[in-house]
Amino acid sequence: MELSGGEILIQSLQDEGVEYVFGYPGGAVLHIYDAIFRQQQVKHILVRHEQGATHMADGYSRATGKPGVVLVTSGPGATNAITGIATAHLDSIPLVVITGQVTSKYIGTDAFQEVDAIGCTRPCVKHNFMVKSADEIASVMKKAFYVATTGRPGPVVVDIPKDFTAPHIKIPYEYPTEVSMRSYAPVSGGHVGQVRKAVELLAQAKQPMIYTGGGVLMSESHKELCKLAQELGYPVTSTLMGLGAYPASDKQFVGMLGMHGTYEANLGMHNCDVLLAVGVRFDDRVTGEIEHFCPNAKIIHVDIDPTSIAKNIGVDIPIVGDLKVVLTRMLELLAQDSRRANPEDIARWWTQIEEWKSVKSLAYEASDSVIKPQYVVEKVWEVTNGDAYVTSDVGQHQMWAAQYYKFDEPRRWINSGGLGTMGFGLPAALGVKLAHPESEVVCITGEASIQMCLQELSTAMQYGLPVKVVNLNNRYLGMVRQWQEFQYEGRYSNSYVDALPDFVKLAESYNHVGMKIEKPGDVEGALKEAFAMKEKLVFMDFITDDTENVYPMIEAGKGHHEMRMHPKVGELN
Amino acid sequence: MSVSKHVVSLLLENESGALSRVAGLFSMRGYNIESLTVAPTHDPTLSRATIVTSGDDRTIEQITKQLNKLVDVVRLVDLTEAAHVAHEMMMIKVRASGVQRDEIQRLSGIYKGKIVDVTESTFIIELTGNSDKLDAFIKSVGDEQILEVVRSGVTGIARGERGLKV
Repeated sequence: MELSGGEILIQSLQDEGVEYVFGYPGGAVLHIYDAIFRQQQVKHILVRHEQGATHMADGYSRATGKPGVVLVTSGPGATNAITGIATAHLDSIPLVVITGQVTSKYIGTDAFQEVDAIGCTRPCVKHNFMVKSADEIASVMKKAFYVATTGRPGPVVVDIPKDFTAPHIKIPYEYPTEVSMRSYAPVSGGHVGQVRKAVELLAQAKQPMIYTGGGVLMSESHKELCKLAQELGYPVTSTLMGLGAYPASDKQFVGMLGMHGTYEANLGMHNCDVLLAVGVRFDDRVTGEIEHFCPNAKIIHVDIDPTSIAKNIGVDIPIVGDLKVVLTRMLELLAQDSRRANPEDIARWWTQIEEWKSVKSLAYEASDSVIKPQYVVEKVWEVTNGDAYVTSDVGQHQMWAAQYYKFDEPRRWINSGGLGTMGFGLPAALGVKLAHPESEVVCITGEASIQMCLQELSTAMQYGLPVKVVNLNNRYLGMVRQWQEFQYEGRYSNSYVDALPDFVKLAESYNHVGMKIEKPGDVEGALKEAFAMKEKLVFMDFITDDTENVYPMIEAGKGHHEMRMHPKVGELN
Repeated sequence: MSVSKHVVSLLLENESGALSRVAGLFSMRGYNIESLTVAPTHDPTLSRATIVTSGDDRTIEQITKQLNKLVDVVRLVDLTEAAHVAHEMMMIKVRASGVQRDEIQRLSGIYKGKIVDVTESTFIIELTGNSDKLDAFIKSVGDEQILEVVRSGVTGIARGERGLKV
């Protein structure tokens, strides 16, 4: 088969089984867009901004486990995509991002729409490739998908000069069946001796904790994790990124840990003697002040990326390997060896945890005059039977969504945890909806975040993507306002958002449905009405309490044992 | 933890961009880089680089792990962990006129230097060895005599059977 470079690129996407490409055309990718036009298999979603394309591909990937694919033009197309690429990089999401480049002979001449896409994206990709000739395209694409999806996943950029995709140069096409890269060999196993030591240590614990993260979702090892946790009977806490890997409604789950984690999760961490950390990276939002982190614990850390181990926290038993393989080995060893921790110790530990739980650290002050954002999230959970895909943006609403929507299934909670990218929620929701058209997809957002990628309401209209937007509108950059209240004596510097649009009219202008909800008594009814409209995107503008804060909170420089609780903690239900 | 100097040797894909990935990693993560040398090996598809860096044990562990993670890095070894040779080459242009000419020549001889260029008023001396030896030579010549110094940076190799191969 003889094809042009542009056709080869699209054919290679077909051969990879790609369903959707999220993109935006421009001069350097016109040959590629012509190849897209002349086939049916790969569907192109035209976004309104390249950042939206990367977030859509990212949401699609998080909800399915498949790589997300993006196609943008050179120069501003590439630079606009960078925020989304960095978002995927920090959360280890596999993307293949194709950037057009100016014609090869003009590279380095400051040509129109020229930017060094390889240089610009280098610090925020897993790897990037510059295509050097048309006959390299197929093998580079194969490598790009391989690198993006294996080991610790991540975004890969492929930069292709326009002349290599030209229609008049035809070359033989054959998509490689295998990849051989001598410099890239992702690990699988996990040192057998280390795994054995870990299981022995777990059996000696008196006050154990299991701390899980996004790696469990990435490696599809949530079932193995659940089996292990239940076999041991130990408490499980999760990072923001790992929510849903272990069912939130299970009695062994003690909630999220870290800066806005529960009292029982954080004190469990602070007082544990053995910590099993799986698929996590000891992020600063999780550990708090490192000096105070788990002062009495022996730590077992399992991760596929050797650089995650001992980066922020020293560990006692490091295990580098695919979580699925390592957790399966642990289960096998536990099946062979009946030695377990002393049940009395574990029962005593659970009694302590229940005591911490009884503090009700997530209780908030109910109101019948002003809408509490936590209440809205609880109602979203009820109305969707806890079964929706929930995306979010970044800030207070993100934390409330994480705290009050109880995720029982993996890949349902989709947010920008590492980079903290405002603007992520709406486009990500559209990507999720394309992947799961029959499922409810909710974007829990705020009036500030939603405006960062608001233009994608137009994309939703073009492709008929009926997601539900829950806008927790408190007129402030809420998390900034909260920090200003706590740390800057209430000097609210530039955190008040004056001049908001009428979100109802705005939604209607895109032929969506808009709702404004101002009374607590109307919340449930509005949600039911909105979710009943299966074919429509409904933008629900909830006017919420502008003074509400996220609790508990570990402030900068503090440890897990120094949480700032709701001022009325103990009196609330 | 105490900070110590390490000589890390790597084999890289000999491709454009590979070196900037290595250099970029150091600046991005705030690691020290004292010197970096790189050139293709006898296998033209591979380059070999020697990096002199410093840090405490945990930092050095991160540096080697992060370097290994780069897709273009094929193999890596911290030479400092065992016996190795780490040399650099220096060319030093010195003022050499009148009585100084004999003195410089004598000094160069002591350090096993090679005079590679002679003019009426200057010499260029080429010197190879470990960095301490080159430092000592510079000190012996003295600032007043030195016109220019160029050093290659350290290149290193492990002694004996230990080594860095694909």
